[in-house]
Amino acid sequence: MKQSIRIASGQGFWGDLPTAPVAQVRNGPVDYMMMDYLAEVTMSILQKQKMREPKLGYAKDIVPLFEEILPDVVNKNIRVITNGGGVNPIACRDAIFAVAEKLKIRGLKVGVVLGDDILGEIDRLGAQGIELDNMENGESLQSIRPNVISANVYFGAFPIVEALQQGAQIVITGRTTDTGLTLAPMIYEFGWNASDWNKLAAGTVTGHILECGGQASGGNFSGDWRSVPDLAHIGFPIAEAHPDGTVVITKHDRTGGLVSSATVKEQLVYEIGDPKNYITPDCIADFTTIQLKDAAANRVEVSGVKGKPATNFYKVSMSYFDGYTAFGTLTYAWPDALEKASKADEILRIRLSDLHLNFDEIRTEFLGYDSCFGPLAENAQTMNEVVLRMGVRSRDKEAVNRFSKELAPLILTGPPAVTGFAGGRPKPSEVIAYWPALIPKSAVTPTVIVEEH
Amino acid sequence: MNIQLIQIAHARSGDKGDTGNVGVIARKPEYYPLLVKYLTPERVKQHFAGICIGRVERFELPNLGALNFLLHETLGGGGTLSLKNDAQGKALSSVMLRMKLEITETI
Repeated sequence: MKQSIRIASGQGFWGDLPTAPVAQVRNGPVDYMMMDYLAEVTMSILQKQKMREPKLGYAKDIVPLFEEILPDVVNKNIRVITNGGGVNPIACRDAIFAVAEKLKIRGLKVGVVLGDDILGEIDRLGAQGIELDNMENGESLQSIRPNVISANVYFGAFPIVEALQQGAQIVITGRTTDTGLTLAPMIYEFGWNASDWNKLAAGTVTGHILECGGQASGGNFSGDWRSVPDLAHIGFPIAEAHPDGTVVITKHDRTGGLVSSATVKEQLVYEIGDPKNYITPDCIADFTTIQLKDAAANRVEVSGVKGKPATNFYKVSMSYFDGYTAFGTLTYAWPDALEKASKADEILRIRLSDLHLNFDEIRTEFLGYDSCFGPLAENAQTMNEVVLRMGVRSRDKEAVNRFSKELAPLILTGPPAVTGFAGGRPKPSEVIAYWPALIPKSAVTPTVIVEEH
Repeated sequence: MNIQLIQIAHARSGDKGDTGNVGVIARKPEYYPLLVKYLTPERVKQHFAGICIGRVERFELPNLGALNFLLHETLGGGGTLSLKNDAQGKALSSVMLRMKLEITETI
């Protein structure tokens, strides 16, 4: 058994720094690289792309990325694990095989994890009494059933472990938990037992630290942000994991950014609920047991993590169509910038009201003044300029379209000193709402396929 | 003495649906008891009046010198439903750190 493995974080979301995974495989030693591509609404976007074109439905950026990194990955025997397969892991795999073909790389083994996509199973599950009601507010799925766009089970680390055992160098999954991408190689390399809850929790905590990329190594750091060096060349985090579950968080030498207990703490508290019960398909991790120690510059030791048995349920992430929105902005200049922007808002609302349009919500914010602070905003008198930002939401697309036509006329028919309208009419977009539910683990089975090309 | 929370803490915030999460971390270990004492859920709810419509839950992480707050009904519906500029609650940390506190201790 190896005494330690280095797992690199390559991507914190779809759209993250394109050079980060390239730097991770080139700037120093790593054994594994995990890349998280899926946010809550990403699956619905991918599902829509697949409906239009059956060969799509995965994170397309993976293709040019692998053209760049595949030679390093193969030559250095780095194993890459990503959930960028979205709703079409097979098509993603085939795209990577095509890249290998183009680069004349032979014998590449790629594994896919399937079975998380239950969009076609919803009614069959319902007939079995698995209702998929909203786990947060208890609402019945039937209230939105015709509008459902995607439905995916969050699998954990073990299907990936199986793919690694079958020799996959690259593992492509659909909706796997972000933390499972990091935990899997630790289970595989160190032979951890599926009921060794403390170790599974340690790997899960490590996954939480890596899953947002640069947010653990000095990015978006609200502590002494000025003290973070060279963010232009930020090194994404790397976990040096050990068989006993202790981990050192670090980054490649000669990269920018900062790994300190403060930057790691900020990531640990990011998007968590009850810290004693961080629930994943693999275990329940207790974040109040995590011990951090600054061991050296850019080296933070993580130890002491305790865990509890996993629940009998998987979380299901569903999305459904819920109307349209549009947003528009106009910039008002001194003097009395805020007063003029407020007047413009008043005028537009009267015009929309005169048209008897049906909106679920009209929201006005003044960027530079109150969009973050709401009623806590201060110092309106000294503003040089303010951006009026108006958004509307409606199930009636025509109402949203009409709003888009009503914004620009304010330029010549509203308060003075207005600019910043170069983008043209606001474009209506579809609202994709999120529906979380639970499903018994016994109702779904992950499938693992490893093929060589 | 009168202080502003940013003097003794840093923070990061994010979203889960319509709920905002704000993790508040003591800048020094000796500041953590101040956070526990003064950042009650009631005080935080009051501070976020007009922003957080629902309830405020607080969790303690003494091992990290940190508190985690869940601010329910805060993001205008959350996700793509929200018409807010800060639909993902990324700036809730700034709103939190702006809180003014009157403390009996000296720092």
